[in-house]
Amino acid sequence: MAFKHVNKGVKRVDAYEKVTGKAKFGADLEFANMLQAKVLRTEYPHAKILNIDTSEAEKMPGVKGVFTARDIPNNLFGVIVQDQQVLAEEKVVLAGDGVAMVAAESEKEAAAAIEKIRVDYEELEGVFDPLDARQEGALKLHPEKDDNQVIHHPLRKGDVAQGFAEADLILEREYTTQFIEHSYLEPEAVVVVPNEENHLVSVYGSIQNPYATRNAVSSVLEVELAEVRVIQNHIGGSFGGKDEVVSAMAARAAVMALATGRPVKMVNSREESFTESYKRHPYHLKYKLGATKEGKLTAMEIEAVADSGGYACQTPFVTWRSVVQATGPYEVANVKTDTYGYYTNNPYTGAMRGYGSPQVIFAQESLMDELAEELEISPVELRKKNMYQQGSVTASGQKLDRHTVSLNEVMNKAMEAIDYKKKYEQYSKKQPGDKKRGIGLSISFRGCSLGAEAIDAAASVIQINKDGSVAVYSGLAENGQGLKTIFSQIAAEILGVPMNEVEFKELDTSFTPDSGSTVASRATLIGGNAVKDAAEKLKQRIIDFSADKYDLSAEELALKDGFLYDGQGNRLATFADLTGEMGNSGILMSAYGWYKSPPISWDEEKGCGNPYFTYVYGCQIAEVEVDTGTGELSVINMAAAHDVGRAINPENVKGQIYGGVMMGLGYGIMEELELKDGVIQGTNFHDYMIPTIKDMPDIKPVIVENPDPDGPFGAKSIGEPTLELGSAAIANAVAHASGKRIRSLPLNLERVLIGRALHKGGK
Amino acid sequence: MAKLDVELKVNGEDYKLQVGSQERLLDTIREQLKLTGTKEGCSVGECGACTVIVDDQAVNSCMVLTAQVDGSKIITVEGLESKSGLHPLQKAFIEKQAVQCGFCTPGMLMSALALLNTNPEPSKEEIKTALEGNLCRCTGYQQIIDAVEMAAEEWGG
Repeated sequence: MAFKHVNKGVKRVDAYEKVTGKAKFGADLEFANMLQAKVLRTEYPHAKILNIDTSEAEKMPGVKGVFTARDIPNNLFGVIVQDQQVLAEEKVVLAGDGVAMVAAESEKEAAAAIEKIRVDYEELEGVFDPLDARQEGALKLHPEKDDNQVIHHPLRKGDVAQGFAEADLILEREYTTQFIEHSYLEPEAVVVVPNEENHLVSVYGSIQNPYATRNAVSSVLEVELAEVRVIQNHIGGSFGGKDEVVSAMAARAAVMALATGRPVKMVNSREESFTESYKRHPYHLKYKLGATKEGKLTAMEIEAVADSGGYACQTPFVTWRSVVQATGPYEVANVKTDTYGYYTNNPYTGAMRGYGSPQVIFAQESLMDELAEELEISPVELRKKNMYQQGSVTASGQKLDRHTVSLNEVMNKAMEAIDYKKKYEQYSKKQPGDKKRGIGLSISFRGCSLGAEAIDAAASVIQINKDGSVAVYSGLAENGQGLKTIFSQIAAEILGVPMNEVEFKELDTSFTPDSGSTVASRATLIGGNAVKDAAEKLKQRIIDFSADKYDLSAEELALKDGFLYDGQGNRLATFADLTGEMGNSGILMSAYGWYKSPPISWDEEKGCGNPYFTYVYGCQIAEVEVDTGTGELSVINMAAAHDVGRAINPENVKGQIYGGVMMGLGYGIMEELELKDGVIQGTNFHDYMIPTIKDMPDIKPVIVENPDPDGPFGAKSIGEPTLELGSAAIANAVAHASGKRIRSLPLNLERVLIGRALHKGGK
Repeated sequence: MAKLDVELKVNGEDYKLQVGSQERLLDTIREQLKLTGTKEGCSVGECGACTVIVDDQAVNSCMVLTAQVDGSKIITVEGLESKSGLHPLQKAFIEKQAVQCGFCTPGMLMSALALLNTNPEPSKEEIKTALEGNLCRCTGYQQIIDAVEMAAEEWGG
């Protein structure tokens, strides 16, 4: 198929604003008469609130209001479980819970007043490890619940006892992963304006999921959804992170805006952002794996325990993705998997790019290499013996026959890109000196979109103006990933207009249709289909009108480059004249697009069904050098091959791969949020290091395209798969180079050299 | 508190301003001059989002008091585009898809500008050194390097 706009590295439609400084982010917004607000957060991970005295704070200069939980109409919110407090009322469950807030004429005055609030606490014992939290008789964090368990997802297939009996070799291994910070460059920011244009409150700011934030604000204020308007501004990175934490911020600002009758702005400092935001779930992972001596897997028994922190947040869904994907992309006849989430007094954990997959992939792909070593066969051969092929049946019993299962292809292409075979042979020989090189790989399958978490549908609106310009509205949100550009390309392709005729409009919940959250790498797949649907409806209308007007059959007519053509390639009219004439003839030149995913299923009791309607496949390979004298670890080269179905914008896909690989590298070798009894030990980038430009390996992105029957132009997902594979590939390369198997993340230098961290608090 | 009189030339325009003795250059730029293209990401000089050019040097404007730079020439991201169009660096950032969320972009552009002003033909390593203080969580940096290389070529050629 020859495309005009799709499958091309079209320039981003929002790049001009962003390179000129014109793009307005949350903190850049100003409104007349605006107040600034700050929150008092507790330092205690678990404590009863005995008394809050705001009297001194109220007398401070510039203060317009001091607020506590008593001022919040409905103090509980949450996307899945409503257990998160807008402001803590009777007790705090994590260090960073907000207890009071101040709105003042300036940020400085608000911050000064916060210092004057007196809170009396009774400190309580805390639980800081989910393995402690799950013990019978453990201290309960949420007294209204039976115990600390947030969720348990079982999955059963075949008979694991039988499977282990058939095995020649059984390996049992434990792996752990760490808390990490999203580290979006823009700290959270919102402004809430009261009583603007018939809305009780208008919420502006860096909001990942405007509809989720609207739900939270309306529920907290106890008003109808229609009274709350959320307008998304440019957002400085999110990666799953600007959801509940921003909803809480918006709800707080809304309460203050209504109480004072003035716009209220809240901007977090980096320290506040670290303290208050949710993190990636740390996991304890126990794997038991049986295999024949030929390397055929016979059984897998898996237990994954996630730390949910103080709130349930997204834990029920994060651990659900883990249960579906825990075996990795391997055919195993007998599987028993249990994933759990538990409350602790640690920072709460929620959505972060990957969403329950990076943890299990680190374990299962490390384990595959451990098994290969035991069996003395190559990591590639072991994987090829067991990995999903066309028509394979997954652990949950789903037959993979609706799309192309391309594991073999992504693996071969990644190996080729980095010259794997030669390097593997070379580095497997004895290497002289302290510096040793190694190469390691990992592979994955990943369910696209929400799956059985929730109804998966999205909408769009396209409006053709009388001058032929095209406005595109979507209920899904630009988060920096390039959604505006992708959706504009799809609209331009169908309508046959140049890209500069397409204008993507900002998301505003008062007129864009609710399309759920921009999560789960679903935007291109689900939202792209919705844009395509709207564009196709309009195209049909234009072709029908033209067939009548020119007395030609619809099949002879084509829209291309801003013109209408007949079957001989003659230009009949410009798009602008034609659509203008239609508008003037009273024809509706707007259309709603809608897309609902194909059917999926899940039996929560047995853990079986068809959890996702399609999957993507990826392979990443890391080449490392380890200095066995000093412990220095350098990732030199990485290859990342991902089947995206169809790359709507290959340059954007590469950007996702580079970014995801680097985020995966940070997860693999650098990043760890240090906690001491639930309290974060460093809340800025001098304590918490993320990869800089100097940490870059040479990255070879490989785009693999097997168009999916359900994707727009065959497109699937790319955002999350890019970061889930790196840590396992690097761990395998480190083991290949050094002979040392590290089973916990991050694989820091000290772990490579002396088997433990040198820095305070590090594991 | 007594205010100090300072004079700055920002993006070619002269300003006479009154600033507090502890006012950061970042606040003067964002709050007094309303040039919000310069971003605040960490306030401790670690992320580089607030990078501007002060007398040909790339500096973290969160780490400098305005009173310290009295009489200086300052360039912010808003000063890059001219009547003749976008600066080669801006064009290259667009061309090479070096922008994702865009929050680090103004700082990246300023650090790259300071580099190319003193070293018009930088090596890849020199580019990395110049941009080491600018964090980006979206792009993985590769397309930013590609963009700086492209701008250098265009500028030189």
